[in-house]
Amino acid sequence: MKYILMMNAKKSDFEAYARWSKQDLQANVAFMRSFTKELKDSGVFVASEGLSWPHEAKLVRAGSKGEPITDGVFPESKEFLAGYWIIDVEGPEQAYGIAARLSQGRGTEGRTGSMSVEVRQVLSGHSDLGL
Amino acid sequence: MKYILMMSGTKAGVSGYQAWPQSDRDTHMQTLRDLVKDLTETGEFVATQSLADSKEAKVVRGEKNGLPVTDGIFPESKEFLLGYWIVDVATPERAYVIAGRISAAPGPGGIPTNMPIEVRQFAAG
Amino acid sequence: MNSPASVIPFERSLRELAPQVLGVVARRFRDFSSAEDAVQEAMLAAFRQWPQEGIPENPRAWLIRVASRRMTDMVRSEIARRERETAMTTVEEPAIEAKEDVEADIEAVMDPEDSLVLLFMCCHPALSASSAIALTLRAVGGLTTAEIANAFLVPEATMAQRISRAKQSIKASNVGFRLPAPQERRERLPTVLRVLYLIFSEGYASSIGAQLQRLDLAREAIRLTRSAMVLLPEDVEIAGVLALMLLTDARRTARAGPDGELIPLDKQDRSQWDRAEIAEGTQLLTLALSKGAVGLYQLQAAIAAVHDEAARAQDTDWPQILALYELLRRVSPNPMVTLNQAVAAAMVHGPARGLELLQPLDNDDRLSSHYRLDAVRAHLFEMLGDFEKAVQHYRGAAAGTTSLPEQNYLIAQAARLEEARDKPTPIFP
Repeated sequence: MKYILMMNAKKSDFEAYARWSKQDLQANVAFMRSFTKELKDSGVFVASEGLSWPHEAKLVRAGSKGEPITDGVFPESKEFLAGYWIIDVEGPEQAYGIAARLSQGRGTEGRTGSMSVEVRQVLSGHSDLGL
Repeated sequence: MKYILMMSGTKAGVSGYQAWPQSDRDTHMQTLRDLVKDLTETGEFVATQSLADSKEAKVVRGEKNGLPVTDGIFPESKEFLLGYWIVDVATPERAYVIAGRISAAPGPGGIPTNMPIEVRQFAAG
Repeated sequence: MNSPASVIPFERSLRELAPQVLGVVARRFRDFSSAEDAVQEAMLAAFRQWPQEGIPENPRAWLIRVASRRMTDMVRSEIARRERETAMTTVEEPAIEAKEDVEADIEAVMDPEDSLVLLFMCCHPALSASSAIALTLRAVGGLTTAEIANAFLVPEATMAQRISRAKQSIKASNVGFRLPAPQERRERLPTVLRVLYLIFSEGYASSIGAQLQRLDLAREAIRLTRSAMVLLPEDVEIAGVLALMLLTDARRTARAGPDGELIPLDKQDRSQWDRAEIAEGTQLLTLALSKGAVGLYQLQAAIAAVHDEAARAQDTDWPQILALYELLRRVSPNPMVTLNQAVAAAMVHGPARGLELLQPLDNDDRLSSHYRLDAVRAHLFEMLGDFEKAVQHYRGAAAGTTSLPEQNYLIAQAARLEEARDKPTPIFP
């Protein structure tokens, strides 16, 4: 079963992250790398991506002639996707367990409290025989 | 450059979609299938996924006694991610045009939904 | 001497040969795990070289030779590594010194029993379902890692890792390359059958939609089960599984529309059902039942056979199906059986009876998701004429399913009923 694990953050969170100490930033990058590697080694990794920061984010709507109308203004409270992992696991418990490790383990000095990770199942193109 | 094009909605929005006449839903899906075909031909299509509904969704925040601490997340009014497209394009403008096509897909009565699509670039490297 | 290469057909023969080669090499070196890696490498070498150099006169001997060389290299470098690490000066003899013997390679035929060894090894109860499935498809099915990865929509590296870890588990459990004793075989057969049936289900479920370029897992499962049946002629349950697969697979073309829409059983164009598969499945089922096997798979196959023998949906022998579900519930009670039994009960005794049967499921924890319960309730409320409740449950089911084709189907049912409700009654007919 495929699940997506999403890290969301507000603009203010991104800005705060930019002010982390070099040590904490490096530790965070190292953690993300080893987390991904762990997923690969255990044969559950499907995909992962980091997204660039939200200052370039756009909202696009179709105009009257189907032309794109872009807008870059978002409310302060908006949560932006920062990155995601897609995993293929036996069931939801495994997915939540992996999300918990991601959420807990940033391993940076002085940073208590875990970041939240949203877990959603990815819809399959199969029918579902329920076996 | 890879971009992710994201569609969000609320519970009410999803119910609204489910209430469309079947033929309008069929047309909408056919339009999107045609778009996948076009983008595959241009080599810009990477992937598209739909996400399961909010019932099963969880937010996980850390571990307690070795177990994930979870929370169901979707209050009625909150927007959640319905699905996304990933495209590999030469310019951001091309990503916006593709997003525009998704947004222009017809809804009830053949009128474009004009759904807003959030466009984000993948981080480099 | 090589014959000119014909590119496509040799892939099929590689698939047949790979498990045979694995049987020989694993037996020769008494090491399943490393032999499996070595055979993989030999296969990759074949894929690279044969299109250019032509298919060898004796492809099996070629593969055995290449895989054996690889094994010898691996053994030698392992010894060298150990020597370096422990500064040993005496040389340890490897278990088998694989001196190259071309004659032996040509004559090497796998002991038929070793196919069974492979099958039981790969369907080891210590492995998770997905690991056993992946390993079985590669080692017993002869499929490449890329083909298996593609079938399950994961990256090749992930699938390779999954299989590698499965083999590590097997190695760690110290199971030698030998056939389990008859008693143990009997105990472990259900796991083998379950793995084979899961492969079939995965293939059948993904036969919806335009996935034609993907490996046909359902066909692979049928092929593997046929081989298992030849290897274990006394075990009638295998005939039951194969019967169930054939009787289900027979409907494959009819169950999906051109755009991948789901078409339920009662709406399928039965002229598209594969009559040959139905005939063979029925024959196998009769054979299994005549030998007294009335287990889980035989009962499910019997139910499928009753559906398949109805020329039209309205000709379906529902009382017989209901009786079979009652039997099935005694043999293997679980929520899925109850759900299906409720549908059959509704067809025989009316929807109210069906709805009654569903009530205990509300509190059944085994139902991992209640969307199926919603879907069946919706269907029964529709039969009852309570369109409002039916719509509510169809929508609930749509929200809970994780299958896109199913979701679309359920939404469409809800919409259909809403339109029926909203149609104004004409004042002037």
